[in-house]
Amino acid sequence: MPTREAVVIGGNRIPFARANGRYALASNQDMLTATLDGLVARFGLQGERLGEVVAGAVLKHSQDFNLTRESVLGSALAPTTPAYDIQQACGTSLESVILVANKIAVGQADSGIAAGVDTVSDAPIAVSEGLRTALLAANRARNLPARLKALASIRPSYLAPATPSNSELRTGLSMGEHQAVTTREWAITRQQQDELAAASHQNLAAAYERGFFDDLVTPFLGLTRDNNLRPDSTVERLAELKPVYGRGESEPTMTAGNSTPLTDGAAAVLLGTREWAAERRLPILARFVDAETAAVDYVHGDRKADGLLMAPVYAVPRLLARNGLTLQDFDFYEIHEAFAATVLATLAAWQDPDFSRDRLGLAAPLGGIDRSRLNVTGSSLATGHPFAATGARIVATLAKLLHDKGSGRGLISICAAGGQGVVAIIEAA
Amino acid sequence: MSNGERTSRGAPDKYRDLMNTSIGRTVSARIGLPRPALLRRFRAGDALLPGPLLLGGNGLTGLAQALTAAGAEVVTGEAAGARGEHPPSADRLGALVYDASELDGVAGLAAIREFLAGSLRRLSSSGRVLIIGREPDGTDHGWDAARQALDGIVRSLGKELRAGATANLVSLAGTPSSDALQSLARFLLSGRAAYVDGQTLRVAAVAVDAPADWATPLIGRVAVVTGAARGIGAAIAEVLARDGAKVIAADLPAAGEALAKVANRINGTALQLDVTDESAAGTLIRYAGERFGGLDVVVHNAGITRDKLMANMKAESWDPVLAVNLQSQVQFNAELLRTDGLRPGGRIICLASTTGLAGNRGQTNYGASKAGIIGMVRSMAPPFHGRGITINAVAPGFIDTAMTHRMPLASREVARRINSLQQAGLPVDVAETVGWLAWPGSAGISGQTVRVCGQNWLGA
Repeated sequence: MPTREAVVIGGNRIPFARANGRYALASNQDMLTATLDGLVARFGLQGERLGEVVAGAVLKHSQDFNLTRESVLGSALAPTTPAYDIQQACGTSLESVILVANKIAVGQADSGIAAGVDTVSDAPIAVSEGLRTALLAANRARNLPARLKALASIRPSYLAPATPSNSELRTGLSMGEHQAVTTREWAITRQQQDELAAASHQNLAAAYERGFFDDLVTPFLGLTRDNNLRPDSTVERLAELKPVYGRGESEPTMTAGNSTPLTDGAAAVLLGTREWAAERRLPILARFVDAETAAVDYVHGDRKADGLLMAPVYAVPRLLARNGLTLQDFDFYEIHEAFAATVLATLAAWQDPDFSRDRLGLAAPLGGIDRSRLNVTGSSLATGHPFAATGARIVATLAKLLHDKGSGRGLISICAAGGQGVVAIIEAA
Repeated sequence: MSNGERTSRGAPDKYRDLMNTSIGRTVSARIGLPRPALLRRFRAGDALLPGPLLLGGNGLTGLAQALTAAGAEVVTGEAAGARGEHPPSADRLGALVYDASELDGVAGLAAIREFLAGSLRRLSSSGRVLIIGREPDGTDHGWDAARQALDGIVRSLGKELRAGATANLVSLAGTPSSDALQSLARFLLSGRAAYVDGQTLRVAAVAVDAPADWATPLIGRVAVVTGAARGIGAAIAEVLARDGAKVIAADLPAAGEALAKVANRINGTALQLDVTDESAAGTLIRYAGERFGGLDVVVHNAGITRDKLMANMKAESWDPVLAVNLQSQVQFNAELLRTDGLRPGGRIICLASTTGLAGNRGQTNYGASKAGIIGMVRSMAPPFHGRGITINAVAPGFIDTAMTHRMPLASREVARRINSLQQAGLPVDVAETVGWLAWPGSAGISGQTVRVCGQNWLGA
């Protein structure tokens, strides 16, 4: 089937807010609707019927089963714009970009919005599994005695609510504890992590100062910048923080400063064909080139090679091979900073000859990257990380970087819960 | 509630509303309280005037036809007299228009007295008195004296009129086309000019293009409004869009949330931009070119206040006010001149203030910036004229906005009443004047400052 180019036209996000702060009373739908409306306002898309809007949230209330469609209906887009929800943990909105781009490429859509949203503050709280089972049994019962019998099975302990956690279901370990294992296995030092974290804050602050985000961010609920940002962050200050993960180890290195905080926020990317953009005199920032996903067996696999957040390490070489590229053929690298150590372990793995030979099947390692091209306008350590919003944030940011440069290629790498990874390439258009 | 009331985001005028209840009317009549009228404001589809237009004087060919084309039911003194009737009292006059274009001396003013004195009592609520004269030009000293006297008539008459009626003078340099006259009438006689009072507008005879549809005179025009996120700027964006323009709503990045809502309400686009950046003009011109193929209308509305008595005025209160309110406009307009950033027929409209005319205690910085704008438009009108571009200032008086809502009650109430209409204007009143200056028919107006102040006691 002949394919068409999908281009990135622009993006919009709301400033990200640390959990239980500025957006404590905002729902996913509030944030996603505001983000869509900001995008509509930026590009004059009022009343426009788009091919589709694809978005998702990791933490989602059961009544939000149609979150994206409901948000579209509440937005200034044409109500005839279809929408659907997806969810791939922290890879959600990069995956939604891939889905929209692919539909455009095969001719099933001319335009679309890929987005993601998450709130930790307004997280769903469910009834316990025991209570739920009992209530469903009572509902099934055909007569009063049977119903009473079912209800009688409820124990006081069932009344405790079930709150969502970011622990992996199959290991019971939090993401941070998983990363702490990987960090140790790859011998990532505290100093390295703090340097990466400080650079993220400094880069993000500098980008805000020069107005880089003026056409990428629309304020929300009075917040005008990501409130996790600490422009004065330094390695020295970060060095003062106490470790929070891997505390059972002899020399724990992961702190609140070099790990992303829980965050609320939303982000969106507008994609289309070149023709669709040109008809509306819309800018074309970059073209979507290709993407790859991977997963690791973090439950049973090797402690070093199959860490929970290591899947992008496997996805990238496959993507490079398919596109005939080397790791050094990029002008920008956007590696999601779930933890500073995630980025550093990823880079270390690509430079490790044994790992590259044994696990990636490569005669030679992918090699190192020019660190001055990494997360040049900051990443999740500084912006914060509303799980499903991060991919769209990165795609819009990178597309603008490429457009401003006028040429070049960028690599996106995002790790996700469940041992998954989503990676993609975009190029200046 | 009128369209204008809904557009306002200022404090409701409870006093005015009370005085317009039956009890309020009785009380105010007994004890002589001022009774501010509910002003007639423009709504699409409304008649131009609430009653017939009585036309007096003579001289301008095609004036009656132009007024009729604008939507007025024109009657003349002779016609009404010949039928042995005055328009019946139920049929109050919507406007009194006097053509004084052939006024040739002080003695000629008597005819104007006769016309007005005989018909003013029949003027309806929110009626209009409009005198059309000529600019003093030095040809004849007697003529010039009489022409200037017209200004004195409307200024005093404005203070006499009640029930929301206004009096204005159009002073012609040359003979305007029928379309130019129609354009003037569609603004000054309609509810669009509800808060324009006691004012002289100088109109040059410049060729004007009639819009294809007078309901959307700005169709095909691309307009940018700075400070568009709220208040007067948002109202301007809405009026320009209603009149057919494609609107770029610009404001500081920090105001983006409200800005996006404005843009989405009017099918425009939101542009987050700091107008004090040296690159702002270039960015905007490029943006308008890329996204819309060019730029026709620039409305400089972004402005701030940092009130301090001069004795206490520090640089941090002075500098930003001058930078945002004045320097950014000078810089921007110079860039428009330098780069041909506006298409022919373009319009630049700069928000001044009656503070720039009358001064205001605690506002030397703000007053300087707003007076500076008045000087700027006067100075820049000639160089822009060669490209068919006009540049004017609009000077709002006391307008109800979120900003005035924060004033102490007593000060606000006083400020509201000290004008001929005894009430504050609404953001939409300023917006309508800005919109009208952007119309193709306003090509003959440049370098001027149009007050939207209800004939404020200060500055008018």
